[in-house]
Amino acid sequence: MFLINCPYCGERDQQEFKAGGEAHIERPKQPTELSDDEWAEYLFMRKNIKGVQFERWNHAHGCRKWFNMVRDTSNDEIKAIYKMGEKPPAQ
Amino acid sequence: MRNKYSVFSLIKNAISYHENWQRAWKDPAPKKEYDAVIVGGGGHGLATAYYLAKKHNMNNIAVVEKGWIGGGNTGRNTTIIRSNYLWDASAGLYDHALKIWESLSQELNYNVMFSQRGVMNLAHNLQDVRDLKRRTHANRLNGIDAVYLSTEEVKKFCPIINTSPDIRYPVLGGTLQRRAGTARHDAVAWGYARGADAMGVDIIQNCEVKGIKRNGDSVEGIETTKGFIKTKKVGVVAAGHSSVIANMAGLRLPLESKPLQALVSEPVKPIIDTVVMSNAVHAYVSQSDKGELVIGAGTDDYISYTQKGSHQIVEGTLNAILELYPIFSRMRMLRQWGGIVDICPDASPILSKTSIKGLYFNCGWGTGGFKATPGSGDLFAHTIANDEPHKLNAAFNLNRFVSGDLVDEHGAAAVAH
Repeated sequence: MFLINCPYCGERDQQEFKAGGEAHIERPKQPTELSDDEWAEYLFMRKNIKGVQFERWNHAHGCRKWFNMVRDTSNDEIKAIYKMGEKPPAQ
Repeated sequence: MRNKYSVFSLIKNAISYHENWQRAWKDPAPKKEYDAVIVGGGGHGLATAYYLAKKHNMNNIAVVEKGWIGGGNTGRNTTIIRSNYLWDASAGLYDHALKIWESLSQELNYNVMFSQRGVMNLAHNLQDVRDLKRRTHANRLNGIDAVYLSTEEVKKFCPIINTSPDIRYPVLGGTLQRRAGTARHDAVAWGYARGADAMGVDIIQNCEVKGIKRNGDSVEGIETTKGFIKTKKVGVVAAGHSSVIANMAGLRLPLESKPLQALVSEPVKPIIDTVVMSNAVHAYVSQSDKGELVIGAGTDDYISYTQKGSHQIVEGTLNAILELYPIFSRMRMLRQWGGIVDICPDASPILSKTSIKGLYFNCGWGTGGFKATPGSGDLFAHTIANDEPHKLNAAFNLNRFVSGDLVDEHGAAAVAH
């Protein structure tokens, strides 16, 4: 449990938000060309990092907008928050 | 020579004020090379080592554990054991474990306090009723004992449940697996450790894996905080930290690690003599031999390795517990803790070879791995020793995420994941 600074609404309790998992997984440009291995990689395989991780969050019980977060999963410290479409901060 | 535990050894050691008990396992420094190394000294890892030594004559092996044995999820779960899973593959896997549990104390000469007090799963809405009836039929077709109970039968089996029709999520029925129950989690780790150690397995604690050395597509050894250990076979049984180890080898796994919480109350006299689980309201409760209510809560939905969880998760679980068991309204909670569970997209485990020769993974048990400890160890040992899965864990390979042949136990397993 922690506070999240929604880029649209400001600081709110984490329970208003829904975690959306790893960020910047690019949707395949040519889905019909993909092999089974590539599909598995896209759909299921995750870095699941212990440490600084880039992830997506949704303010589900607020503005309902998606945004990105850089968070240290070993201590839940939030390093940065940025909007969808913006470039991730250098780490 | 390992002394046998018995009533006579108890009397003998009582006379010397319990000061001369033999060490249950040694504390060796790692050798330079082993035939196989198990990464992770929890119940599953120690069981794997035990069966590798016992059934596959692999005695020159080691278990490396970054903390102390049984200090991770083995010591943090709610100790529920059952095998009432929906799909054939899961039924085979979990019932294999349950059958081993039934004689485990005798086999290990260590009392794991396995108690077949039954596990009851409650239905709170019409879809639950349909799902639980379907699962009961599926269980019986697979030779697993299961009965469906009406609301009245639920009340008779566990009289403290509030079966009033006007609670928020009324009890519409339930299932019962009588062979299911609980065991003493620490004893499982200690019993397997003692058994493995007696057969020559080195159990190396406070030894963290820092890297996996590869030569092309084969494993050559592991880097640890106690130096390099050469080995051709590495079995990783690291639960919530499986992805961390996989990343060291350049692999990615279909796992997300999340905090799962549990809590216990102050000890009271016997009040609930079974295990009751409610999927829909996410509350499960049993009573330990010390008298504490053992309560399992849910997972947080974000990835975290903090071994903590959010307050609202506990609050939600306790709300449900109090609605179902008004008698507990003045109980005080004694301790709360979290563990990190590695959850697969299909909520089924992975016991598998990988694309790297000699590297094996036993992970993805998510919120329910304790029950499978003996079976998991047995089948994973088979997989490592033969470099081929046993038929009971063949379906739980890593390749199912490529082929699409998933074992979807989300919800089907009678508990929310």
